[in-house]
Amino acid sequence: MGIMRFAPTMLRQLFEKPVTKNYPAEPINYPEGSRGHIDIDIQQCISCGACMINCPPGAITVDRKNKTWTINRFDCVQCGYCTRVCPKKCLYLNPGYQTPGPEKVTYSQTHIMTEAEKQKAAEMEARKQAAIKAAQAKKAAAAAAEKKD
Amino acid sequence: MAKRSVVPFGPQHPVLPEPIHLDLVIEDEKVVEAIPNIGFIHRGLEGLTDKKDFKQMTYVIERTCGICSFGHGLGYVETIEHIMNAEVPDRAKYLRTIWAELARMHSHLLWLGLIADAFGFESLFYQAWRIRERVLDCLELTTGGRLIFSVLEPGGVLRDINSDQEKEILTQLASVKEELRAVEKTFLLDYSVQTRLKGVGVITKEKAHDLGCCGPVARASGLSYDMRKLGYEAYGNLDFEPIISKEGDSYSRCQVRIQEIYQSIDLIRQAFAKMPEGDLAVPVKGNPNGEYFTRIEQPRGEAIYYVKANGTKKLDRFRLRTPTFSNLAGLCEMLKDCEYSDVGILCVTIDPCISCTER
Repeated sequence: MGIMRFAPTMLRQLFEKPVTKNYPAEPINYPEGSRGHIDIDIQQCISCGACMINCPPGAITVDRKNKTWTINRFDCVQCGYCTRVCPKKCLYLNPGYQTPGPEKVTYSQTHIMTEAEKQKAAEMEARKQAAIKAAQAKKAAAAAAEKKD
Repeated sequence: MAKRSVVPFGPQHPVLPEPIHLDLVIEDEKVVEAIPNIGFIHRGLEGLTDKKDFKQMTYVIERTCGICSFGHGLGYVETIEHIMNAEVPDRAKYLRTIWAELARMHSHLLWLGLIADAFGFESLFYQAWRIRERVLDCLELTTGGRLIFSVLEPGGVLRDINSDQEKEILTQLASVKEELRAVEKTFLLDYSVQTRLKGVGVITKEKAHDLGCCGPVARASGLSYDMRKLGYEAYGNLDFEPIISKEGDSYSRCQVRIQEIYQSIDLIRQAFAKMPEGDLAVPVKGNPNGEYFTRIEQPRGEAIYYVKANGTKKLDRFRLRTPTFSNLAGLCEMLKDCEYSDVGILCVTIDPCISCTER
């Protein structure tokens, strides 16, 4: 048992630099691979919705029609599960935390279609319409045949 | 006989890190009886098994608690791996052991800060947390997260520790050891600290056994209970003995935790020395079907994980029994016949984690 046991630690501390960083004057260096926030390379995204289905807190929404990817960063828990289930590997977990704010705003990105994609989509649409037309014609022919009988 | 009165203590109290409510029956300044009451932060995480699949549940269960998050994830994935007969690669086992021990170190250093704060030694509290910061930096460097790591998956781990990171961790651990040696003297030898801790809240070996105490509380009473001796993950290949103390008072609990930090440093060094090269994970296909229960040693004591699966993506039942739940009975025993002014310290000495307990 003794007294003044803390004195050496305390005295040393008096002549040392502060342990804390002088933030924001001194920037914080996040280590590589730090789990900060989710980023997306939207041009690679195919709007499959795998991230939306698998996200544990349900922070991601994918609008397949408008090709929009939305994340509510205040719901995201930075688990990185979406980056692993993404078939195109276009989601990234990057350093740097979400800044605080007074409102729960969401972050959205929309896939802008290239000329080739537009052409492909138009082809697909035309093929779909043709298939619908063929099916309708087949149905009408079957109905007519039934009437004849 | 003096008049008895009931004093409500908590859930909001300057000394309490967690919301526990105690009804203290007081006679003069002595506590005659303490009736605990929890239920302020129940979140229904076990019930989420209805909504999330078993892989998503790994992340949910890790977030049961901020401090023992790695242990919770570990217990859960171990249970799932047993049900699915997945053989985890050796390297993954060693990596899990290293992270579990780093998590134990930061939990114990956190506790040292809290107990210093509880007996009113603010500067000592800052010193303990300054050391803890080094451990958190090691964790952030290797897992990407400071408290919640998300590096576990059924079948293995998601991240590796390369040789540069290994060197950095070992350097930091050497500094932690050196700095802790200086701070330890104040915790264990200082006169004013000893007057607050020695002989306070004694729980005998028999009582600790009968009431089902676990972790550092049981070991401070002389019970040699340490689930790591079961040899899960890589613990079977590492050389260590449970640290025990005989007195069973607050001072012994402090002593055991400090010694366990040194033990963790030693275990991490052993694990790095023995860690083999190899894969990080094996693919786990299909859905679990069956039931299993696992026991692991959390920083606060023995935790039990039970999983019942039915062959679909979603589990039938998940149950987690936390060490704080077992230690609450011990806490009520400690509080009997103690001074009213010691109640705060005694609550902290069991290292309560009510968030885990209520889930």
